[in-house]
Amino acid sequence: MSLPFLITAIVTLFAAAAAMSLRNLVHCALSFVVVFAGLAAMYLQLGAQFVGFAQILVYVGAVAILIVFAILLTRSGETPNQAVIAPGWFYGIAISAVVFTMLGWSVLNSKTLPKEIAAAPETSVKNIGDVLMNKYVLPLELIGLLLTAAMIGAVIIALKEPSKTDNAGRKS
Amino acid sequence: MFDQLDQIFVTLKHLLMGYVPERWQPLVSAVISIALIPVIFPGLFSIVTILERKGLGRIQNRPGPNRVGIPFTKIRLAGFGQFIPDGVKMLTKEDIVPRAADKVVHFLAPVVMLIPVLLAYSVLPFGKNMTIADFDAGVLFFFAVGGAVEVSVFMAGWSSRNKYSLLGAMRAIAQMVSYEIPLILSAVTVIMIAGSLNLSEIIAKQNHYTAGIAHWYVFTPWGFVGFILFLIASLAESNRTPFDLPEAESEIIAGYFTEYSGFKFALFFLAEYLGMFAICTLGMTLFLGGWTAPFACLTWIPSWAWFFGKLLAFVFLFIWIRGTLPRLRMDQLMNFAWKFMLPMALINIVAAGVWHFMGADSLRWVYSGGILAVAYALLGRGLMNKQKLGKRTYRYAE
Repeated sequence: MSLPFLITAIVTLFAAAAAMSLRNLVHCALSFVVVFAGLAAMYLQLGAQFVGFAQILVYVGAVAILIVFAILLTRSGETPNQAVIAPGWFYGIAISAVVFTMLGWSVLNSKTLPKEIAAAPETSVKNIGDVLMNKYVLPLELIGLLLTAAMIGAVIIALKEPSKTDNAGRKS
Repeated sequence: MFDQLDQIFVTLKHLLMGYVPERWQPLVSAVISIALIPVIFPGLFSIVTILERKGLGRIQNRPGPNRVGIPFTKIRLAGFGQFIPDGVKMLTKEDIVPRAADKVVHFLAPVVMLIPVLLAYSVLPFGKNMTIADFDAGVLFFFAVGGAVEVSVFMAGWSSRNKYSLLGAMRAIAQMVSYEIPLILSAVTVIMIAGSLNLSEIIAKQNHYTAGIAHWYVFTPWGFVGFILFLIASLAESNRTPFDLPEAESEIIAGYFTEYSGFKFALFFLAEYLGMFAICTLGMTLFLGGWTAPFACLTWIPSWAWFFGKLLAFVFLFIWIRGTLPRLRMDQLMNFAWKFMLPMALINIVAAGVWHFMGADSLRWVYSGGILAVAYALLGRGLMNKQKLGKRTYRYAE
């Protein structure tokens, strides 16, 4: 394990724990952003540039803002008084540990899992682009079409301005 | 000789590396390249603040700062020494943190804002062979780190526990999210035509000349429209007038940095200007050929000189716009982004596609330009239709 990996791993795990246990929801959301950034850093260390950048672009840039806005628009600023750790936490941890062991055991002993780990393929952004544009061009274009349609639809919904009259009887 | 002048910084670095033991060379080389960014661009920032104050002064018929020169002498340098006392003032001011503020987040916000902005510089080409990290996906990296700025704006606005800060942050995020779409879509056209996300390669594609004129993308119909869209969106992304609603001092004091003073305020200020330089550089690289010369007869001027010249020209344009245009209203801002910029950017992609598939046919100028002209006219008509434009009537002021 290299030093950069250790640093990002510790920061990411610490932030993940903070995201679960902090009282203030906005603090949780901000710790979550750190988790996203840490994951992106891990992808970059693994040489997956495209996935790393997409992670930052989508999760840090968009999903985090969405979460934060959702918190702001739905909650008052007060933090809840009750403890984060509920009385049943011991059973929860025990059950999740059992489930995790079961899953891990079955995955490790699975016959479909190749015993020898294949050498990582050389993936550059160029390769991903080539594959997307040749083999997977139809799904890519369908997704692109869907997203563009959604965007134009949003604009069309916003275009219609219902003419309201305010208290003084003026058209606004 | 001109080639040597062009590559002077690269040669200097190579010379310097000769004195470093081989084991340390990668590390020292990286440190030198990285260290130059937080030296050169904040330096440029301090000069631009003076240029901006003097430029705005000129536009508003007043002299602007003209006193401070070299200390203990009578030399005034036309006020260009002003940034030194300004900096000292910023550093020595009291750092006020509101009692209700969320201390940790309040402290982290300016730092978090500066980091992505500085990161963005790592992919930008400052001259021939002068890019720090020449990623394959440079454009993607730039927009990815740019998205992280929004989080820090929210942190600043929310942690201050001030209604003006929160309002400013909401405005800023709404504006950045809205204008990011036309910004990226207008950049997509260049990526389509150049066939690369690598900024050095995009410049290489523009760096050849026909009849002495460069093949910059701005000299094509789709490139021209894309450049204008990019320019408007980058004004909005860097919160400059006429899109400075997030900090509109007459409405919400200073927006998300109302509650910041001293050095933290200076950090916000710095991050804002560095962000503006970075986005100008990206626009320059995509549409104006980066560090290349516009005419073949001017290629003897070093590439880094072209780079800084173009950057300062961009900054001058931004100052000029700031001195000329009034601030938009929130609904006008959103309408403009979603009802004009976005459709225009989408149609521009179609126009770029037409341009690409018609090949060397000179009719492509007609088709590509025609699509854009018709779209511009129709969109403009459509938006003007419902507005009753005429003499301004005041509701309360009369």
